[in-house]
Amino acid sequence: MLLALDFALIIEKLVLILIVVMSSLGIAMYTTFAERKVAAILQDRRGPNRAGPFGLFQPLADGLKLFFKEEIIPNLSNKFLFILGPSLAMMTAMMTSAVIPWGDKVHLFGRDIALQIANIDVGILFVFGVVSMGVYGIMIGSWASNNKYSLMGGLRAASQIISYELAMGISLIALIMVTGNLGLKEMVVQQQNGWWNIAKQPLGFLIFLVCSFAECNRTPFDLPEAENELIGGYHTEYSSMKLGFYLFAEYINMFVSSVIMATLFFGGYDCPFVDESTISQGWAAILGVSVLMAKVVAFLFFFMWVRWTIPRFRYDQLMRLGWKILIPLALFNMLVTGAVILYFNK
Amino acid sequence: MQALTNKAQQVDRRPMNLLERMYLPAIVKGMAITFSHIFKKKPTINYPEKTRPFSPVFRGLHILNRDEEGRENCTACGLCAVACPAEAITMEAAERKDGEENLYKEEKYAAKYEINMLRCIFCGLCEEACPKDAIYLSETFAPADYQRKQFIYKKEEMLIPHPINEPEAYAKARGNKVVSGQ
Repeated sequence: MLLALDFALIIEKLVLILIVVMSSLGIAMYTTFAERKVAAILQDRRGPNRAGPFGLFQPLADGLKLFFKEEIIPNLSNKFLFILGPSLAMMTAMMTSAVIPWGDKVHLFGRDIALQIANIDVGILFVFGVVSMGVYGIMIGSWASNNKYSLMGGLRAASQIISYELAMGISLIALIMVTGNLGLKEMVVQQQNGWWNIAKQPLGFLIFLVCSFAECNRTPFDLPEAENELIGGYHTEYSSMKLGFYLFAEYINMFVSSVIMATLFFGGYDCPFVDESTISQGWAAILGVSVLMAKVVAFLFFFMWVRWTIPRFRYDQLMRLGWKILIPLALFNMLVTGAVILYFNK
Repeated sequence: MQALTNKAQQVDRRPMNLLERMYLPAIVKGMAITFSHIFKKKPTINYPEKTRPFSPVFRGLHILNRDEEGRENCTACGLCAVACPAEAITMEAAERKDGEENLYKEEKYAAKYEINMLRCIFCGLCEEACPKDAIYLSETFAPADYQRKQFIYKKEEMLIPHPINEPEAYAKARGNKVVSGQ
């Protein structure tokens, strides 16, 4: 049975995994740089411009600095969990990218290679499962630190993600009712042939957007690490590359949720006003990947733009927004969508 | 209540209406403001590559002057040390020997001349007190250092480059400084 496996397929998928992991690491690296540059530009500053041309080697310098820092593990911490925390955060951040369709097929070495690691039927559910696993990294790390600030940060992260996951899930149910399937690839194909989902689900997109800010622990919902009240929250006790993993996981999460928003609501790798079937397959794949990346960059800029505009929510405001506004709104959206579908498909 | 100044503004404490409670219009407005800052001119100057222009009367680090033949002007009369309100200047005088006429302009010269740049207040009174046009304040300022003793500048550090042997360095050190009384 095992020998009957298609080895070429395994190699193909391994190469694809390597490329996806490496490029999302690279993109996350340069997102940290972009964040600093965008922050600087929005605040009339210049930003990092000393390391290399235009400061382009700054992420390398930051990474090296984190690697060479002294590794401190607090005496009273639970050492196994202390190390498990950031590893889990990093791992879950990377896993989500497995189901994302990066482009259409390419024809290489006599094979049709789909630019997606795994086209599973429950794609979006998989994403959800992994994303909600992400909070375990934060919770375990904060608990293992044996520090009250860390624990507060971890508690905040847990309750925040539980609150916002609900609204996010309900807004997605409405989207799934429109598309009729859960696979991300099918959703993109559907949007290629018809309207983008943003036109069908504007309110759903808004709720999803707000919730994904909360899920990524980004400002205005960065309460878990609120540096001026919790001294860094869950990563107070972390140093060296373990801290780097936490910070890095945030940027990978940001990248992945940008990709998911682009895929679900903005047509994924679909280039507007271009019929992909009229150009050759290779060019279509290149076009698809670059269009997806352009959408992702736009979303990443949006993430940063919001961060440097809106101040942090207070904790009770955060909970009020989540439970009293977003969830009823998402439920309303779901009911209206259902009613409209029922009325037209009678 | 009567306002003390006409700058006081009454705070609007009416409950927020629906549009305000939705936050979104306010957020869009805020984001438009931050976006507009992309196109604003940045006030930062890339310091080591570019420097702000100094006014010609800027008073920076001291320079000990030479005359056109490259001889030191200073005669160690001590008027600058007397004039100095911060008591930053010390010097020791020495007599010019035969054969040193190309080094020192007059028969007496400063064998040792020190200014403590941490005491100095850069008032320029030494420059005004000097009868020989031997000291003036240049357009550069004291660089940072790790040790206090590095800030006690010796004669060699302040002496202007030789105008004949090193004319370019001399012109650079001289700068656009308007030297009075010459």
